Amino acid sequence: MYKSWWKILGSIFVLYATVAGFLATVPELPILRESIRNLYFHVPMWFSMIVLFSISVYHSIKFLLSNNAEDDLKAVESINTGIVFGILGIITGAIWAKFTWGQAWSFDVKQNYAAIALLLYFAYLVLRNAIDEEQRRAKISAIYNIFAFPMMVVLLFVLPRLSDSLHPGNGGNPGFNSYDLDSRMRMVFYPACAGWILIGYWIYTLLFRLRRLNKNRLS
Amino acid sequence: MDLLSQVKFLIKKELLLEWRSKYALNGVLLYVVSTIFVCFLSLISVNPVTWNALFWIIMLFASINAVSKSFLQESKGRQLYIYTIASPFALIISKTIYNILLMLLLTIIALGFYMLVFDYVPTDLPLYLVATLLGSLSFSTIFTMVSAISSKAGNGGMLMAILSFPVIIPVLIVLIKLTKNAIDGLDRSVSLDEISILLIINVLVGAVSLLLFPYLWRD
Repeated sequence: MYKSWWKILGSIFVLYATVAGFLATVPELPILRESIRNLYFHVPMWFSMIVLFSISVYHSIKFLLSNNAEDDLKAVESINTGIVFGILGIITGAIWAKFTWGQAWSFDVKQNYAAIALLLYFAYLVLRNAIDEEQRRAKISAIYNIFAFPMMVVLLFVLPRLSDSLHPGNGGNPGFNSYDLDSRMRMVFYPACAGWILIGYWIYTLLFRLRRLNKNRLS
Repeated sequence: MDLLSQVKFLIKKELLLEWRSKYALNGVLLYVVSTIFVCFLSLISVNPVTWNALFWIIMLFASINAVSKSFLQESKGRQLYIYTIASPFALIISKTIYNILLMLLLTIIALGFYMLVFDYVPTDLPLYLVATLLGSLSFSTIFTMVSAISSKAGNGGMLMAILSFPVIIPVLIVLIKLTKNAIDGLDRSVSLDEISILLIINVLVGAVSLLLFPYLWRD
């Protein structure tokens, strides 16, 4: 129990955020209307993805220093989980865009850059498949992972600020916190972020343990 | 031997090898010139925005061809030989500097020829030149490291393209924005943001490659 408290916490947060996300009162805003509830699902996906990718970079650095094969498995599995969250982020974003901007893919800068950032990690998976030898694969992909991470940060946090975006907080659009992320929404939004990050971390540990069992059974 | 003299010797070696065969330079020059001709013959006259986009597409593929040679062309035996006599820092620094020189020469010739063929000169030529200089700088720093990664991964050209495109796209976006400013003849203070972002990306990539290359180089 004392070891799994964060799993319980994460589940409670996600359950609470889902129920309250659909039922709690939200501010009435033009255009956004009820679709503002997507904030509780769309944004936490990206936060979880970034946390998982950071975890994988941490393990890649650890692998280069220690040459321990387990660190490599951790890096891959956190990237696998992170990619799932990224794809979910794009899908929830596309649904939201369909109802507020009129088109699922509006060629908004943030949409495009997020897709490119995911391409970086698909390239990482392709690189892994291209190398047969295990030790070599682990080392080279760890190096590419660390090399790609600053680029992802530039793509997601620096470049969108340079040009106008339809997203709130960019290009003259007011940010969410200026008027509509009022205290009622914060009560749901923060637990949703924490909950999804915890659940993402849990999924990653499960995938990692599964992979380790598979590997041990084969060897 | 200290680092500086090692770097000097390695650059001299690269230049000497290139001077003897003149393979990379002539090959890539021919590639650029014929691509520009094909573009000219199929378009004859273009509007400035297309002119700019075409230039960067041509330079992108030319630079991938030029820089990917730096590690892919060297045989296993020669790599082992260099490994025994030079430090990895000296090697990556010298390769990067050599590639920067090669790309600078190539970009200047290509830009001159391109302006000649299409009979179009950007409104703010000095700023356009600065942008191409920064472009060749970033192309060479990024592609040198990616070519090292793909040469170690063992199956050359295909992997090179997959790994480098997602990494180069953010740089390309900023470059096209910057050169667009130069074509429109906007005030130069507008472009300072883009220039500083390109410099930051270069410093980041340079620092990360310096840190990672020793791990990659040790087999």
